[in-house]
Amino acid sequence: MRRIDFCGAIREAMWQEMERDPTVFVYGIGVPTNDKIFGSVTGLAEKFGPDRCFDTPLSEEAMTGFGLGAAINGMRPIHVHIRVDFLLLAMNQLVNMVSTYSYSTRGQVKVPLVIRAIVGRGWGQGYQHSKSLHSYFAHVPGLKVILPTTPRDAKGLLISAIRDDNPVVFIEHRWLYWAIDEVPEDPFTIPLGQGNILRPGRDVTIVATSWMNIEALKAAEILEREGVSVEIVDPRTISPFDDTLVVESTRKTGHCIVADNDWVHCGFGAEVAARISEKCFGQLKSPVKRIGFAPTPCPTVRCLENEFYPNAVDIVRAVEEKLHLKPIDLSKEDFYSHERRFKGPF
Amino acid sequence: MEISKESLRLYIKMYQIRRAEERIIEHYREDEMKTPMHMSMGQEAVAVAVCHALGPKSQIFAFYRSHAVFLAKTEDPERFFGELYGKVTGTVHGKGGSMHLADPKAGLMCTSAVVASTIPLAVGAAFANKRKGNGLISCAYFGDGALEEGDFWESLNAACVMRLPVLFLCEDNGLAVHTRPEVRRGFKDITDVARQFECNVFHEDSTDVEVLYGVAREAIKAIQSSGRPSFLVIKCYRYLGHIGITDDFDVGYRSKAEYEERFKRDPLALQRKRLLSNGWTEARLGEEERRIDAQVEDSVRKAQAAPFPSPEELYTGVFHEAH
Repeated sequence: MRRIDFCGAIREAMWQEMERDPTVFVYGIGVPTNDKIFGSVTGLAEKFGPDRCFDTPLSEEAMTGFGLGAAINGMRPIHVHIRVDFLLLAMNQLVNMVSTYSYSTRGQVKVPLVIRAIVGRGWGQGYQHSKSLHSYFAHVPGLKVILPTTPRDAKGLLISAIRDDNPVVFIEHRWLYWAIDEVPEDPFTIPLGQGNILRPGRDVTIVATSWMNIEALKAAEILEREGVSVEIVDPRTISPFDDTLVVESTRKTGHCIVADNDWVHCGFGAEVAARISEKCFGQLKSPVKRIGFAPTPCPTVRCLENEFYPNAVDIVRAVEEKLHLKPIDLSKEDFYSHERRFKGPF
Repeated sequence: MEISKESLRLYIKMYQIRRAEERIIEHYREDEMKTPMHMSMGQEAVAVAVCHALGPKSQIFAFYRSHAVFLAKTEDPERFFGELYGKVTGTVHGKGGSMHLADPKAGLMCTSAVVASTIPLAVGAAFANKRKGNGLISCAYFGDGALEEGDFWESLNAACVMRLPVLFLCEDNGLAVHTRPEVRRGFKDITDVARQFECNVFHEDSTDVEVLYGVAREAIKAIQSSGRPSFLVIKCYRYLGHIGITDDFDVGYRSKAEYEERFKRDPLALQRKRLLSNGWTEARLGEEERRIDAQVEDSVRKAQAAPFPSPEELYTGVFHEAH
């Protein structure tokens, strides 16, 4: 099958949906300009015109309400934010207006609004260009929240999000933009609310979100050489969150580690731990372990940033602890280093 | 005669709103309408004139002081009281209440309890209308307190730069909750500020519903001819407190004498006087008024008698469900 990167998969999903449905449009700060949101909207303005792919004033809050107003009037807007952090300026619209609109009409009016937002990391992104905030959005009834990991998922889930008649927050990790995968050329959908077994295994379950799936895959590869079989579950959609795969996997392995691309406290990892406690209590061989960001703002300088982010090493060590293994020598391992590829600035 | 009929229609719409709010005052202390009320009393002419000028197909995005705009748009006191009593006969079975009265089918798209938050929706709706080329105008309907919110400035700016067919309607009662403008504003006159934006600016200080209807039509025509938004400020006077069914003269920011002075310009009294001088007799007008009295009273009784929603209603509508 044809292989493309995550960024291309997102672009292709929008392109195909815009071709299929004239009510779909893409907008946001800087969308048709400069680097085209890291290339994810390249060519859309040229192909579909300035009415369907356009720039906006620096007004995240009002332009979110704008999307809602257009969505309830028969359009399918895709609002793009080059960093998730900027969505904090739109929290009033998201939480007071967008998430409640359907309820305010007893579900009679459709709200087909997609909000794409990108998580930054590395090369000095610092504490205002690196947040994921997915647990903020997932906490609110009325919003759907997606974090795709693979290019295939990015395309299938984005098409589903665009066709969904409800507001969807679609969170993309910047580093995943270079991930390459087999992605069907024809449009296809992946149902929202369905998880994915990214890697089957027997001994330990790792539930990971977004970039942390990449770290989990690396950890699994190392552990496999030591005879440990890791199962990785990517929930993909955290709201609505169907915990079936997580529960089934944990019942099978008896061990669960949640590696969330976010802070631990009050995060999605806590939700997963609670579900497992409710549904797998008697079958657990060890308590659920949570891995996530350090409880600090994200620092800019690389050496501190390395301390801030969890990685494959943390996952390996957590598995060793669970299974009472001796520490594996990781000194010869080749871990992902974004500096080989990412030279900034954004 | 046609003009006189239009005059009667404007009066009857205001009368329906006034009577409905009087019934609220009468029954509120029974504690069966458990929803915070922000009364429109004294401001009826603004909603009636603007809704009438916009016509039935236009969409309005309003705010929590919504009784007048809801009834002006729907003329449906049954669902109005159903909602205030929290019954299944209400617009959303009691889940919205007084602060979230809406009826998308009638063009009242939503009302928000957070100041200014519906304004950007009107701009987005205008974008959709422009794209569809349906000639419709959407209306952001807000109080003067909204002039201090970012949503207002961001929306006005966006609508002007995008040249969208939207009417910004500021219902200016000179009060944000209980605070006078001089404490809240770093500018003298909002219309002077708005004139710096690329939109059509109108201002009216009148309680005469026909004068307001005239200026609203002008503002709408300006949108149609210029292809740009219009910004219309209408001065009005709130009879009751920010919230609740009583006056607030004891709070200390305005006097009863001020109210009495303003009440001389009561919009209903003005229009009634016009009708009587235009050939309507007291008897014929009284007949029309009794018809509304009966309708409103009947609506209250029906709402009182209607059932509360069932427990499953809690979960209805969190997401859109295909019908």
